[in-house]
Amino acid sequence: MHAQVQPPEEIRPERVVRLYTPPATITGRLWSWRYLILRRFTQLGILAMFFGTARYGWEVAGQPLLTGNLSASEFLGVIPMADPFAVLQQLLTFHVLDKEVLIGAAIILVFYALIGGRAFCGWVCPVNLVTDAAAWLRAKLRMPDFCNLSRNVRMWALFLSLVLSALLGVAAFEWVSPISMLHREVVFGAGLGLTAILGIFLFDLLVVKHGWCGHLCPLGAFYCLAGCATQLRVRFEDRTCTRCVECVRVCPEPHVLNFKQAADKGMVSSGDCTNCGRCITICPEDSLSFDLKPLIKQHNLNASQQARRPA
Amino acid sequence: MEKKRREFLLKTAQGAALAACGGLIWSHLLRQEASASTLALRPPGALTEDDFAAQCIKCGQCANACPYDTLKMATAGSDMPIGTPYFEPRKVPCYMCPDIPCVPPCPTGALSHSLKDINKARMGLAVIDEENCLSWLGLRCEVCYRVCPVKGKAITVENHPRKISKHAMFVPLVHAEHCTGCGLCEQACPTQEAAIRIINPSLVQGKIGEHYRLGWTREDEITQDFAAGAPTAPAQAANPTVAPKEAPGMDTLNKGIDY
Repeated sequence: MHAQVQPPEEIRPERVVRLYTPPATITGRLWSWRYLILRRFTQLGILAMFFGTARYGWEVAGQPLLTGNLSASEFLGVIPMADPFAVLQQLLTFHVLDKEVLIGAAIILVFYALIGGRAFCGWVCPVNLVTDAAAWLRAKLRMPDFCNLSRNVRMWALFLSLVLSALLGVAAFEWVSPISMLHREVVFGAGLGLTAILGIFLFDLLVVKHGWCGHLCPLGAFYCLAGCATQLRVRFEDRTCTRCVECVRVCPEPHVLNFKQAADKGMVSSGDCTNCGRCITICPEDSLSFDLKPLIKQHNLNASQQARRPA
Repeated sequence: MEKKRREFLLKTAQGAALAACGGLIWSHLLRQEASASTLALRPPGALTEDDFAAQCIKCGQCANACPYDTLKMATAGSDMPIGTPYFEPRKVPCYMCPDIPCVPPCPTGALSHSLKDINKARMGLAVIDEENCLSWLGLRCEVCYRVCPVKGKAITVENHPRKISKHAMFVPLVHAEHCTGCGLCEQACPTQEAAIRIINPSLVQGKIGEHYRLGWTREDEITQDFAAGAPTAPAQAANPTVAPKEAPGMDTLNKGIDY
């Protein structure tokens, strides 16, 4: 393979930097959008299942298909699921909750801890549909940032929601969460919560790039922390990367694509990564791909051994 | 080094100040939302308002389980606490399903799973506006009495003398002890605006307190204070020959009454 003729890192020759060119064929296009299509499918599919069960009473084998909403739900009358962040806030109000919701929260927490905490943000959260639309329009309009906002604000918001829950005796973020307003009002009937969503759209479009998901959302911050030990990550192949930075351009959390760190670890390791797969499909050198952490480790080991042998 | 530390401390202070300001606005919002709680009529088995507000995760599984679409989820901007289940009896009352299908799906216990008998549910309390009640105005109505699922207990019809004629009035009376707050009466009330309404009991119900005694009821026949040998009744202790029934409040006034 190429690895055998690669000279060591420091003196590697300049490679031709190719930028991303969209495939010419329709099938090529669709293939390059595969993760986008899949993400929209899961986001809308989950909402549709909630909506169908609430509105039309969809059933499978006599059991409601998916009853509830993203705060807490039950799949086929058997598997409980719950938003671990909402449950954490409720526990901080010093109330004893039924075990069903605790089991549900544990299931979801373990699930996202394994497949990438913020996979929720990219693959499930309905607000992502809104903020992606805002980001797309913002790119089209070449909208400049109105102001700078630290990405740490969401950590403060996370901290505040926990403190306020304990002080006021209600789940502080859950009571004002535009995310919950959106999925609740989609499933159970529209109200003024949708104006909060319009607010997020305008904020993302006109004020700060990726303003809500990338800077403010405490639920996102919670999943940043929850996904630190995730097993599914984006593998990074340093040998083929030309640093064309196309991936950084499309990434909603561009700071996670730190090339030095990624080259060291052989993957995108930050918990802020939403596993959305945008970088994977845009990379003209195919240097990025989804992989499991243990396999990435093995891969890196093999690569370094191969690199050493001919020298 | 010193400069860096100073910068770090200042930045932290700035962040904390911003968080504190945000927290104040945020908590104001929360308190305002939570203060509307007493206006909402909750599903059967709901905990007391404070506990319910803390434990309800707003998933809507109770609303999904309701076969009559009685339960609604409050939208943002409505006058109900956001996202919580409630019902409006004038539109759709609670039909008091004997199997209570809305309670078991609740994953958090905000609706108490210990509620097994729907007649023990206390969703609210029917309150009659006597000035606008047809029966109280002297017409024959009693619709609320007839639709009441806890018939003859939660609402009774009583005789009431009328000023201008010899005919008596038949007026409905609500008995909180048995009223579940299902709201069938409110829905059925034929007046333009319902003259009987379901309200959170805490908004209308008084409490007489421990110190009043209804001496003529059997339950209050003798009270602890005046029971023989009670430490708080020194007069009795001094004179043990006085029978308990002749204790203060149980004396000549009540003589001749067969208990």
